[in-house]
Amino acid sequence: MKKIINDPGNVVSEALIGFAAAHRDLVRVNFGPDYIVRADAPVSGKVAVVSGGGSGHEPLHGGFVGAGMLDAAVPGPVFTSPTPDAVLAATQAADGGSGVLHIVKNYTGDVLNFETAAELADAEGINVSAVVINDDVAVEDSTYTAGRRGVGGTVPLEKITGAAAARGDDLAAVTAIAQRVIGSVRSMGVALTPCIVPHSGEPSFVLSDDEIEMGIGIHGEPGRHRIPMEPADTLVADLLAPVVEDLPFERGDRALLMVNGMGGTPLLELYLAFGIAAGLLEKQGIEVSRSLVGNYITSLEMQGMSVTLLRLDDELTQLWDAPVHTAALRWGM
Amino acid sequence: MTGGCDGPSVAAAIRAVAAAIAEQHVELTRLDREIGDGDHGENMNRGFKAVVAKLDADPGMTPGAILKLVAMTLMSTVGGASGPLYGTAFLRAATTVGDAGQLDAGAVGAALAAALGGVQARGKAVPGDKTIVDALVPAVEAAESARGNSVAEVLQAAAAAAQDAVATTIPLVARKGRASYLGERSAGHADPGATSTAVILRALAEAAKA
Repeated sequence: MKKIINDPGNVVSEALIGFAAAHRDLVRVNFGPDYIVRADAPVSGKVAVVSGGGSGHEPLHGGFVGAGMLDAAVPGPVFTSPTPDAVLAATQAADGGSGVLHIVKNYTGDVLNFETAAELADAEGINVSAVVINDDVAVEDSTYTAGRRGVGGTVPLEKITGAAAARGDDLAAVTAIAQRVIGSVRSMGVALTPCIVPHSGEPSFVLSDDEIEMGIGIHGEPGRHRIPMEPADTLVADLLAPVVEDLPFERGDRALLMVNGMGGTPLLELYLAFGIAAGLLEKQGIEVSRSLVGNYITSLEMQGMSVTLLRLDDELTQLWDAPVHTAALRWGM
Repeated sequence: MTGGCDGPSVAAAIRAVAAAIAEQHVELTRLDREIGDGDHGENMNRGFKAVVAKLDADPGMTPGAILKLVAMTLMSTVGGASGPLYGTAFLRAATTVGDAGQLDAGAVGAALAAALGGVQARGKAVPGDKTIVDALVPAVEAAESARGNSVAEVLQAAAAAAQDAVATTIPLVARKGRASYLGERSAGHADPGATSTAVILRALAEAAKA
């Protein structure tokens, strides 16, 4: 294992030190318990949007803290949920008096810990609402979780929900927008190589040189099936078809197409894939009206990518376009 | 103890639980290695050690404050699913007893029932899923049947029922938690969570008797 680390047990806290140093204009980082909040938190009178989960998916979630997106993010150990006390502390730090929305990816640990934190926050008099994102079409019941996993759709969910909070929606309205995004977004991923969790030092699974895993989760959980490596045209078509069929997306729909890298795949290949996906969608009469290409929800150094499609209406488009200023996403301000 | 139990006796009982978990942690981890990820004993031991350290720092707490301290400490130190589950159990128990200075048998029974409610609300498990719930449900029922007796007798009844229930989890196929990923292969082993629940209740019962 070759990684730019010191003690594997300190990877997350040392990375947080660097994140704080690099983005002191945008965020404040608290240590023990660990969380990241907007530099100007709490924003009085605004619904706060808080997310979190295991580390190793950077820039998710800390890279999305800032104006127009998340108010706070709670990083757990690599691929492990943060504990309720940390989520509670972040919730308290972010609460501007108008309530807090928790955005939770559908993994057993994340759901348990965020629900517990919400109960604690409620006892402290903070109004907390929660949504659970489960956009992964790869498997109904994956090996590692109950129900569909939360994957790439988390990124547009956090952006659009953050924009709804920024324009002044109340907690019920922000929650409703989040639910609408969850109802309209679908994703699927593929792994070309496994990743190595620093504290284990071992690859998360084994793929031979000519094999790929279709329907991979963001922790390297098994997906739909293992197949021989194929050309990009076929690979992208195989990823996109289940995504389109699931909602289903239909002729005349407008959509955000996100092609996301798993950490070890170059942008050159991601753009190549985006071109193929956009072409396939055009043939089906689905208009790609917004796009996002890059590494936004990763699995350490895994090679691979995911395709996310979000059906847009005028309001969701407006919220997607609204100004955002975070470490990983910035436009309009 | 025949009457109610006050803060110091609850603190002593929690210390007894920590000692019992320390004694059993290797066995709990062995069970978890069979059907989970092999860290239950270590995680619980780390959590209760942290609890004891905090009890040492503040000797003057009410029973409810002690239960809340246990809850918050387990949540922040145990991790996995056990942290939020046991944390919620102790938190609901703490809420139920409120700021009473003394707990009688009725309050102890109510606290146990609230703990079960918390575990079920959080984990969504039902009896037969091969979880903590399989030990807690019979324990709460036994405590209910023993209502009207002393605190020690109520806890004794709960502990005995939980202990008996551990064996009934052996043939079960897990339907919740990490063991559920094993499917049929989870049968043939006692559930680590049900076992740690029995260890906790046994230690509470022994402490109440003393």
